[in-house]
Amino acid sequence: MDKPKFVYSIYVRTTPEKLWRALIDPEFTQLYWSGVRFKSDWKVGSPVQSFDAEGTPADAGVVLQYDPPRILSYSWHCAWHPELSKEKPCRATFEIEPQSQKGIVRLTITHDDFEVGSKVYEGVQRGWPQVLSSLKSLLETGEPLSAEKFVIKQYLAQGAK
Amino acid sequence: MNRMDAVFKALADKSRRRLLDVLYGKSGQTLNELCGHLSMSRQAVTKHLLLLEKANLVTVVWHGREKLHYLNPVPIHQIYDRWISKYDRHRVEALGELKKGLEGKKERK
Repeated sequence: MDKPKFVYSIYVRTTPEKLWRALIDPEFTQLYWSGVRFKSDWKVGSPVQSFDAEGTPADAGVVLQYDPPRILSYSWHCAWHPELSKEKPCRATFEIEPQSQKGIVRLTITHDDFEVGSKVYEGVQRGWPQVLSSLKSLLETGEPLSAEKFVIKQYLAQGAK
Repeated sequence: MNRMDAVFKALADKSRRRLLDVLYGKSGQTLNELCGHLSMSRQAVTKHLLLLEKANLVTVVWHGREKLHYLNPVPIHQIYDRWISKYDRHRVEALGELKKGLEGKKERK
């Protein structure tokens, strides 16, 4: 196996169970992830479909690991994009580790299996810090980051559900 | 020390910023690889990496028998969100460009 392309991590004041829910529950993901919602039965081998704020199908993949509230992994194919969809699916893995300091949980995201010169890599590499910071903010304060709030406001203004 | 203090402390050192630059160029390097890019002793690199790791600016992953160091930009994004984005970003950018233009070189201190 190639070494991971990138590994991002964040410490969040929450419980592993809440963080786990935040990764998969569409009611939750849409709040910090620019309106993104996931649909899957989360069984290993089942499809995972994401939808953007307008409800348009976005990325698609397959559940590779599902071990709550510890490890979640799925493949990631940019099916929505004419050029990016030509690339083979990459893989995103989320690892949740409780810390010795009570009430602190570490979330690590590893993204790998990219094609050489992958354009998807460039996109997701830039996107994760924003998503993670917003996730932390939502779990700790009940509010996502301002940039995300803006997207959600636009989304609500369009009359989407 | 709280987490944000650790980040600012880690960034307040030229050698550690240099290490982050090297990891930005190529993330996921071993200690040996990193030492090859830097004119610092192995002990100094180890010490700086530990501080960066404590500040969560560097994430360590074991890949087989190799210990790989990855740049973790998330705390920097949090600084951005806390200290930069709420002020007028475009004006800040314009001032940054002006400084670069006046000094006639790429900013790297």
